[in-house]
Amino acid sequence: MKALRIGPFSTRVDVASIVVSVIACALTLVIAAVSLTLGDYEIPLPQVLNTLAGKGSLIMTDVVVNNRLPRVLVGMGVGAAFAISGAIFQRLARNPLVSPDLIGINAGAALAAVLMITVFGSAVSWLPAGALIGSLLTATSIYLLAYKKGIAGYRLVLVGIGITAIVGSITAYLLTLADIYTAKTASMWLAGSLAGRSWPHAILIGITLLVLVPAAVAGSRQLRLLELGDDLARTLAGRVELSRGLLIAVGVGLAGLATAAAGPIGFVALVAPQLARRLVAERVAGLLAAGAIGALLVVASDLLAREIFAPTALPVGVVTAFLGAPYLLILMARANRVGRGG
Amino acid sequence: MLRTEDLRLGYDALPVVSDLSVEIPPGRITVIVGANACGKSTLLRGLARLLVPQGGSVYLDDHDLATLSGSILATKLGMLPQQPVAPDGILVSDLVGRGRHPHQRWFRQWSAEDEQVVTAALEATGTSDLADRSLDQLSGGQRQRVWIALALAQDAETMLLDEPTTFLDLAHQLEILDLVHDLNRERGKTMVLVLHDLNLAARYADHLIALKAGKIVAQGNPAEVVTAELVEQVFGLSCEVIADPLTGTPLVLPRPRRQLSRSPR
Repeated sequence: MKALRIGPFSTRVDVASIVVSVIACALTLVIAAVSLTLGDYEIPLPQVLNTLAGKGSLIMTDVVVNNRLPRVLVGMGVGAAFAISGAIFQRLARNPLVSPDLIGINAGAALAAVLMITVFGSAVSWLPAGALIGSLLTATSIYLLAYKKGIAGYRLVLVGIGITAIVGSITAYLLTLADIYTAKTASMWLAGSLAGRSWPHAILIGITLLVLVPAAVAGSRQLRLLELGDDLARTLAGRVELSRGLLIAVGVGLAGLATAAAGPIGFVALVAPQLARRLVAERVAGLLAAGAIGALLVVASDLLAREIFAPTALPVGVVTAFLGAPYLLILMARANRVGRGG
Repeated sequence: MLRTEDLRLGYDALPVVSDLSVEIPPGRITVIVGANACGKSTLLRGLARLLVPQGGSVYLDDHDLATLSGSILATKLGMLPQQPVAPDGILVSDLVGRGRHPHQRWFRQWSAEDEQVVTAALEATGTSDLADRSLDQLSGGQRQRVWIALALAQDAETMLLDEPTTFLDLAHQLEILDLVHDLNRERGKTMVLVLHDLNLAARYADHLIALKAGKIVAQGNPAEVVTAELVEQVFGLSCEVIADPLTGTPLVLPRPRRQLSRSPR
């Protein structure tokens, strides 16, 4: 790590972490640009850039700016949000297997969405609001049930698994009651999809990131203490319960709102922080590196989801696992070979 | 100076330490000894404000610990728990650097002073060469020295160490206790340790506190405190105490409880 000092301001930066973040961001932009050129009909890149600069024809603007751009932006945004959320939870629980799915975000959002689709017959446009309420309700009840003079990582995870299982089985029950058509609508949403995402979704996730990412970065100082266990964190003047509560709230907010915008895209929250951590030699990758990797993973997955199996567009949530898991396995195998497994 | 008045500590309703008044001599090495579950670690946690007293108070320089702000307390009092945890793969330099937290603010996260103190802490503990290694790769003795470096980086006058020699072999136990001794003598740190080994405690302590069932049975210079009667009383162990031929400090020799035969039958 390198010291960075300007006047009274000083901090410590991890060069590898920054390099990984910058490369991931650059790749994300390249893939995003490619995504904008592809679709029902191809638009050459110069023309796309021209349109983005506001100099395109009406129809070009409609296709690129109103149709394709929001989808790409939502992909980037939810990828970053899921990844940062996952990184926060993994570090809080000191367990690489923890992700927001485990504390009920996905299950809650899914139950709410399925309830709305099958029982109330709500329009798809109302799903984000319902999903958000569902995920927040589930996460809050898990937090309250796990609270016992403070929150212990293990308790949170175990209670989370229990509640998630209950909520999941109610969802499964509701799906069996539904007719084929509504069940398919619901299961498309459950797989996590960027199809048909428009500006309201992009603005929703944009505001989420604008508010919660600075909060997460501010909280990461306390996170570095919480990782050392409660006793040591308290000894080093950490405000343990307060900061853990706030960090959990930020993590739930990021994942909940990302789920509202794009459905429960699986695996990103789990794998992106681990990818970041393994790409960075220091092994304690910052939240932002995880976020950049998450954005890259979702945007790349969405491109694959649309193009590889065209004309059948797969839900992006199906592809993230196919793309992320092998890469993680490769990195782990390599780490084992050079004796840095774990 | 750190002292307690009628301190009562416990978990839930059951008090583990009761009506305990003690003064920790500043600038000296104090060792707390006692049988398992006598309240040694609980007392240490109480002294570090990791446990809120059920009664009585802890005072640091005549300020009630309960009234001190977290960051002020953290610059005066450091505590190393018995089995501290760290994230997988963390580098030694990163870990020790986290000890500087009480001195940092959001805009001043890594000042020249932070860097200097951390470098000095690594040097003092003989871990400079390990700075770029990951904690997972170190031996038990090296790891313990790194944790002490973290406590040292905190730069507090008083350091509380909860069983810093547990899980170490004899040579590494001595290495850690020599380090504690050096930090005390060369930097004037007030050291409070919980130790299991009475003989090492007697050898290194300036001040010994013997606890039984949450109460102080004896305290003072080990040469005066460690007697056969005390060991019998505190540990229920019949023994003889002689002067250590190498250091002159008390040496506890437990009496064999049965006739030990030289070879198996």
